[in-house]
Parts: sequence; structure tokens; C-alpha cells
Amino acid sequence: MPLDKKQFLDGYRTMRTIREFENRVSDEFGKGNIPGFLHLYAGQEAIATGMCMNLSDDDYIVSTHRGHGHCIAKGGDVGEMMKEIMARQGGSCAGKGGSMHIAAIEKGMLGANAIVGGGPPLIVGAALSAKTLGTDRVGVSFTGDGGSNQGTTFEAMNLAVVLQLPAIFLFENNGYGEGTAAGYAVGSKDIASRAKGFGMPALKVDGADIFAVYETCKKAVQHCRSGKGPFAIEASITRFRGHFEGDAQAYRGKGEVKRLMAEMDCLKIAGDKAIKQKLATRTQLNKIDKEVTVLLERSVEAALAAPSPEVSELLTDVYSSAY
Amino acid sequence: MPIKTYRQAINEAMAQEMRRDSTVIVIGEDVAGGAGCDGDRDAYGGVMGVTKGLFPEFGESRVIDTPITESAIMGAAAGAAQTGLRPIAELMFMDFLGVCFDQIYNQAAKFRYMFGGKAECPMVVRTMAGAGLRGGAQHSQNLTQMVTMVPGLKVVCPTNAYDAKGLLISAIRDNDCVIFVEDKFLYETSCEVPDEAYTIPFGEAKFYREGSDVTIVAISNTVHKAIAVADRLAKEGISCDVIDPRTTSPLDEEAIIESVEVTGRLVVVDEMTPRCGIAADISSIVAEKAFGALRAPIRKVTAAHSPIPFAPALEDAWMPQEADIEAAVRDVLGYTGE
Repeated sequence: MPLDKKQFLDGYRTMRTIREFENRVSDEFGKGNIPGFLHLYAGQEAIATGMCMNLSDDDYIVSTHRGHGHCIAKGGDVGEMMKEIMARQGGSCAGKGGSMHIAAIEKGMLGANAIVGGGPPLIVGAALSAKTLGTDRVGVSFTGDGGSNQGTTFEAMNLAVVLQLPAIFLFENNGYGEGTAAGYAVGSKDIASRAKGFGMPALKVDGADIFAVYETCKKAVQHCRSGKGPFAIEASITRFRGHFEGDAQAYRGKGEVKRLMAEMDCLKIAGDKAIKQKLATRTQLNKIDKEVTVLLERSVEAALAAPSPEVSELLTDVYSSAY
Repeated sequence: MPIKTYRQAINEAMAQEMRRDSTVIVIGEDVAGGAGCDGDRDAYGGVMGVTKGLFPEFGESRVIDTPITESAIMGAAAGAAQTGLRPIAELMFMDFLGVCFDQIYNQAAKFRYMFGGKAECPMVVRTMAGAGLRGGAQHSQNLTQMVTMVPGLKVVCPTNAYDAKGLLISAIRDNDCVIFVEDKFLYETSCEVPDEAYTIPFGEAKFYREGSDVTIVAISNTVHKAIAVADRLAKEGISCDVIDPRTTSPLDEEAIIESVEVTGRLVVVDEMTPRCGIAADISSIVAEKAFGALRAPIRKVTAAHSPIPFAPALEDAWMPQEADIEAAVRDVLGYTGE
């Protein structure tokens, strides 16, 4: 079943929320309101959204250092996330995580991971829980082209095949691992076929097309839920921003970012297609855009108004009990 | 009370906890053995036979043989612990920490804190350490210091069968990631071990001998060397406290400091390289918190600052021996300040 009207509008709202979230975070970073490092997901929204539309709160995901989008798509609270990233009280990780460790544990978003390749072994564990406890939950590891080259990822894929676990390895190939091209760093040039070599089915998809991503992820999720073992997807995409905020992106070709932003904007592609297929009207989309703008404006205002975490919280939650 | 070996006590702790709690699983390399082979299943029961018998009782869904893939084992255990299981993951030799440490110190140890107290990681890493079996530089190390320094981890080093069972049951029931360091020299040692399940709290040191002249703090197998030395010196009228912290994280600082306040002299023994080790850590704690009580400089008795050599003559020289401990005790007793 392709996306119906309600599903599409929900998905569009999620994508728009991620885009606006990243834009606002970028602005606030520029104003000096956000400490630390930021890696933005702008441009890749259709991938997290298309996958998470196939998941419930009971399913698990792990994410990368570029994790805001995954967290929003899995149902993370935008207000709490903004407070976390702005290092304020009420943040989703109590001010102890920040952008690179954003999480929504209660929604099955088990955490962004600032170690490239750190997540895939963990999702094997979440999938092992599902299998051992006899639930039909699935686990999805979002990984980049950079993470696809890590040994931990290879080990995770192999173990998932050996134990026939409901794990999906979703590789978002945005063309760059920091400032090095995927075409240089991925030896085989083809992440999907490499995953296939581990003994699991793998598909490629245009990561800028929410409709295609949704359909491909649906196949993967159905495969895993029916006990057929792991699945891999390689979604090709580009990132609109640098590796980190402040990255001058001198490694990118002249005019490349501008061209790709025009050609591969998943929100524009989704909107145009939906209007053509009569899944949505321009008025509906504009209304969502406005509502999302207001939501984010309020999130930023609330975060700015919140105090920093209490220093007395420094040593809480290192351990489960008195140490 | 029945006499059991260290190996049997550890096995019994796992079996009893697996019967009590269906979310406890065992995962690792050859924890049963024979997967995909034509011969016996449970052929190994762990390379030292510590998990023998668990596979026949609990089956392949709870006693999981993996490929040789330490990062994936530790990561899978951490991810499973975050999502409803209580895995006991086996890291066959502690030396293999190098190929999976990220999943332990950057992932498992940090979930709870990094995610604002909303995640937890109730897993146990059972691992085997200790030199003297001529295993060479990569099958002999005790790397307890490397895990003790990580906030979020708890570290247990049982030195006898009774402690091993009670501490392992505590570790399995603990809601944090616990590194359980088994000394491979101790598997055949035995003592009285109750049949029923029992727990021993972390952070409570055990006094093996009580004395007033010198405090000896020792870790893992070196505890037994320290006891032998203390017993020998007792015949000369020298009385030593022999303290086994049992867990290096949390560490029972109070017990050590109270002892030093009586004896005024401290010898710390471990079988690790000397820099930034457990002996160094305990020395610094005592120097900071009980300086006024000290009547002699603290002496550390550790291994040498080199990889562990293979040849028996060299390895024996690398390891701290009873004679080294005895010399250190005599040294602090003979200190006159001149």
C-alpha cells in the first residue's frame, strides 16, 4: 500500500519539523546560544521519516552523531530536544547528552552515537532482545557511509545474519564521511552489495524520495517482523550543511551544494509529487509549514527561558544506586 | 557445607540466576561450543569449562554461541541490556578488551548518564585474567585498571569460590554494567560454598588476616600470595592485615584507611603493570587521606613495566612473587626515616 493522504501529511509534517528544527538550531548556534558540536540532518529528512513511519514506539532505533532527525522521526519531544541541545533544564538527557547523544528512550530511540560505527552492534542487541523475548519488534541502525566502513558494522551485520535477528542496517550515503568522499572511502563503491555479501537482502533507494524510502523500508520491516533475519538498505542522499556547523566545506565542488539543494530537496520533491497525485494541496502544506514554524519558535523561546542544569546534578545517574 | 571449586561456584551462580530470571542469557565464543559442527554440542562449555552444562539446560536461545567477534558480542549485550535482557557476555581473555573496548567504555558504561538517567545497562562481562600459564603477551594480562578507571562500570575481582558465587549473583542482579574478572589461576581452588543463592555487596573489603604492624592490600590472585607471606611473618612475630578489596569499583577506601591508621604502614600488591594501576591508585588514596598515619613510605609490589614474556623464567620474573611482597613488608617495617 502506498502512502495515503493522512500518512503523507504526517510524514510531510515530520520532515518539515526536522528541517525547521535544524534551521533554528543552526541560527541559535550562530548566535552563540548552543555550546559544543552540531551535525545537522538537513537534506536527509525523507530517510528517517520514511523508515520511522513503518515503526511503532515499541520498535528500536539507534542513530549517529547526526541524530536530531532520527529522534524527531521516532517521536522525540521537540521541546525537550531543543532544551537538551541548548543545555537547559528539562532537556531530554538532563543536559548530560547534548546534540551528539540526543535520545528518546521512551519512544525506542536508544540514542544518537558520537562514535562512528558505534550503533550497529547495539541494534543487534535490541534485535536479540526482540527475538529472545518473543516479541515482533524490530531494530533499525541508522548509519552513514562513513560508518559503513567500520569493523564494528561488519561484525554487527555478520552476527545479525548468524543469529537471524530482526535488525535493519539502514545506510544513509550522503556522499561524505567528514571531508572525504564516499566514492573514495567505500572501497567497493557499493554499500548495499557489501551488505548483501554478509548474507542478507539489501536494497538501494533514492533517499530524497519519501515515497520510495517508505516503500523500501516497509519491505525491510515486513521481512524482519516475519522472522526472516536482517535486512540492509542503502539510501543515497546529500547533506545540505557541512559535516559540522562551521565547516567551510572546501572539499565540495563549486556550486555543488546549491545545485543539490535545488535538485534533491526531499521536501520540495515530496510536496510537488503529492500535489500532482492529489494526496495534498498547496494550502495544506503551507498550513503545516506555518504550524511547524510556530512550534519551533516556541521550542526555542522555552529553551532560552530555561535555566542551566543544576551543578548538583553532576554526579547523579552515573550508577543505578549509591556508589 | 559442600566444598566447590571457583569454576563450579561461578557456574552455579549463572545456572541459579538463569532459573530465577528468564531474561538472563549467556553470550560469547564457545560458551557451549560445537555450533554447526558434526560432533557434540556443549563440547566446550566455555574455553575453561565454566559455562558447561548451561546449554543443555537452557538451550540455544539463552546460551548463545557467537562467531569470534568481540565488538559485536559486547555491543549486542549492551543493546540487549538496554532493551529488557540481562546478558552475561563472556570476553574469553581480558587481553581481548582491545578489540571491543568501545562498546564497553563508550557505550555500556555511559548509557545511563549520557541519556539523563533514562537508560540502563544491566549486563555482566565475565572475563579471565592472570599471568603464569605461559600464555604470552596477549593471553595473560590482568587489565583491571583499564576498566576501573571508567565511571559507570563496576569491577569485581573474586579471589575464592565463596566470593565468586555471591559476587556474581550480585553482578547479575545489578542494574549497571559489571566487569567480573576471573583469575585463571583460581579455577581449581575450592572452599565451602552454600548450595542456595546468596549475594555479596560490592564495595566491602574482606580481611583475611588481622594484624597491627603492616597493612597488605592485594588484588585477585596476589591475595593468596599475600596471605602466605603474612602467615610466614607471623611466626616471627610480625602481624599483617591482609585486605582483599574484592571490588575495585566501588572500592572500600574506608577499610583500607582504617587499617593504615592502625598499622601506619602500607604494601599494595597487584599483578598489573605499575603505571596508573590499582596499586598506584590505592597508594594515592592513602597518601591523600591517611598521610598523617603513615610511619613509612608506601610500597607497591606490581608486575614489571613490560609486555608479559613467554619464557617461564622471564614470566616468573615479571610477576610479583611472594619474595617481593615479603621484601616490601620488611622494608616498610625497617624504615627509620634516615
